[in-house]
Amino acid sequence: MAEFELERGADARKVPLRLLFVQADERPAVEEEDAQVVMSFPHLVLRELIAFLALLLFLVAISLLFDAPLEELANPDRTPNPAKAPWYFLGLQELLHYYPPVVAGVLLPGLIVGCLMIIPYFVVNLERAPLWASGRVTKVIAILLGSVGLVAVLACSGAHPLWPAIVPTILIALLMVLPGLLGTGTRTLAWIGSRSLPFWIFTWFLAVGLALTVVGIFFRGPGWTLTLPWRDGIYY
Amino acid sequence: MFGTLLNRLIENRVFRSIVRHGFPDSNRNRSLASFTNFFLHLQPVKVRLKAIEFTRTFYLGGLSLACLLILSITGVLLMFYYHPSVPRAYDDMKDLEFVVSQGVFLRNMHRWAAHLMVLLVSLHMIRVFYAGAYRPPREFNWVIGVVLLLFTVLLSYTGYLLPWDQLAYWAVTVGTNMARAVPAIGEEMRFLMLGGHTVNENALIRFYVLHCVALPAALFLGIAIHLWRVRKDGGVYVEPGEGGEVRG
Ligand code: HEM
Repeated sequence: MAEFELERGADARKVPLRLLFVQADERPAVEEEDAQVVMSFPHLVLRELIAFLALLLFLVAISLLFDAPLEELANPDRTPNPAKAPWYFLGLQELLHYYPPVVAGVLLPGLIVGCLMIIPYFVVNLERAPLWASGRVTKVIAILLGSVGLVAVLACSGAHPLWPAIVPTILIALLMVLPGLLGTGTRTLAWIGSRSLPFWIFTWFLAVGLALTVVGIFFRGPGWTLTLPWRDGIYY
Repeated sequence: MFGTLLNRLIENRVFRSIVRHGFPDSNRNRSLASFTNFFLHLQPVKVRLKAIEFTRTFYLGGLSLACLLILSITGVLLMFYYHPSVPRAYDDMKDLEFVVSQGVFLRNMHRWAAHLMVLLVSLHMIRVFYAGAYRPPREFNWVIGVVLLLFTVLLSYTGYLLPWDQLAYWAVTVGTNMARAVPAIGEEMRFLMLGGHTVNENALIRFYVLHCVALPAALFLGIAIHLWRVRKDGGVYVEPGEGGEVRG
């Protein structure tokens, strides 16, 4: 470490006196030789403008075609059935059907946010090593055991078997072990085989979240019973 | 003819006092266009062509911001017609529908842009994950991003109550009932959120202030930091093999 000496003086032009300040840091530099570099203005600014206008047009079109819902005046004495949260919370509300509020409403959302935040601080997530580069047999066994255990937990821990999570879990586990069982002969298998563990975990998270949300939006009606959107319509 | 007119417009003291550089037809003036513009200087002066390809980012971050801008404009217009009180809030919705010219369109724009923004921000996060763009030196920008996602959802959710119709009222009742489940302090937390034990007028004014002032301000500030960091971290991530980035 360099030793620091406090520089005194009221004249900011004279103190501190520096000709050059060299800072060793970890920020990446842009290597200009091997990549084509353009001026942000106008190349990026124009692209952004086009993207913005396309979005604006899209929103205008949607707003002309579809009206925002408005029901009757709020009435604390008349609970609608079902009473649904906005769509982005319906995955969690679907979980409420299986788990007590502490789990579905506090523990799991907290866990999700926490896990998302720490993603960049785990070495596995930084390396993203291809899963099937080594250790085929042990990995097949580990993945199968792990997913069977996970499915068992999902099936038994809640008030009902958590199908919207069980089905994606099984599908993803199968995709994951496919290169381990069949090898990486074809292009598709090679691609699947070169995915990393973080890829699979995140994909699993998205698949479960999507399944729960879709079930919550389209397949739940009065009393949170299963409904079919094409037969019974969409409750919201 | 057009050229001289343009020159007249640009080469005078008034215009030069606002924009300090000449017409951006040279790279020098183009750099100055970025350097000397408060908004443009959030992004780098030069970018790798690879980094701004549509298929790299699908412009999802930029479009999230675009949604927020559209929401701010339509939101301010809506505020002119809105009173956060019961049952006036609901009457104002009816007025937007039947009295205010283009009121329905205004409300529709705000509503659909809000839903779209939640979707776009989520897709942006997914894009960043699969690109592996959260890796050093961008770790903390990812964390800031997660906070932005939370703010976006909260902003949308607080807005959901404002029409004060059955949909609004019960969606917020369902949501805030969850807060009860927090061990030990659940009841107090819910009281703090609602300003009462049920969703009532106090809750409406709290949600209104959060929705119109506190959360938008926080989100804009957060996004400014986020974009500034994208720039400081060497621009949008391009895989090393693709030509572009060197470390250290
Ligand atoms: C209001 C919400 C947000 C806005 C307006 C926003 C805006 C942007 C913009 C304009 C970029 C430049 C590249 C691009 O468009 O992809 C960017 C990059 C980035 N964003 Fe966001 N973002 C938001 C939320 C998030 C979230 C939720 C995350 C992740 C959890 C995130 C993480 C990142 C990271 C890590 C980068 C750097 C990506 C790279 O270098 O390729 N952002 N953001």
